[in-house]
Amino acid sequence: MSGKTVTRADLCEAVYQKVGLSRTESASLVELVLKEITDCLERGETVKLSSFGSFVVRKKGQRIGRNPKTGKEVPISPRRVMVFKPSAILKQRINGHNVADEVERA
Amino acid sequence: MIKSELVQRIAAQNPHLYQRDVENIVNAILNEITGAMSQGDRVELRGFGAFSVKHRPARTGRNPRTGAHVSVEQKSVPFFKTGKEMRERLNKLDGHAAPDAGDDDSDD
Repeated sequence: MSGKTVTRADLCEAVYQKVGLSRTESASLVELVLKEITDCLERGETVKLSSFGSFVVRKKGQRIGRNPKTGKEVPISPRRVMVFKPSAILKQRINGHNVADEVERA
Repeated sequence: MIKSELVQRIAAQNPHLYQRDVENIVNAILNEITGAMSQGDRVELRGFGAFSVKHRPARTGRNPRTGAHVSVEQKSVPFFKTGKEMRERLNKLDGHAAPDAGDDDSDD
């Protein structure tokens, strides 16, 4: 693991560099993108972002869990969880393969 | 929702931007995340979640059909961990109980 952590600030900077908008506006657009994705997921809808991956909401039924510290059994309530399924392109990029749509990054 | 729909929704709220600009914005964000992960970096978006990369060592696998041994090279896989606020929001609606405070793993 290399130590660097990318945050919202870096995403805003990337948007600022790419599109001719002010830093403030770039920041609010990054926020808006995340908000739209979040709202969609909150409604239980899947969000598919081509060449990146998809965010899927799954419903989990009630099950019995165990408190790892005390070993006590406790019921885990039904809940919704979100999973990220990376696209094949994302997986390839992470493994250092150049992908045809590399151009997109330029 | 797919990427083009996301672009349309954002464009609708920002009438002064061309749809093409909005596309560039969305792509810039996704490319920044991808680029960071391809360097092994972590991307942390508070309230949303965190993207990180996990390394899988080389192993000997089996072809499930023939049972033959095959060597699987080491690889890195993208991993996403849902943020705290996102987890809570997913469970606010439709009578799902909120996740109990006790399950806690770090959090973001």
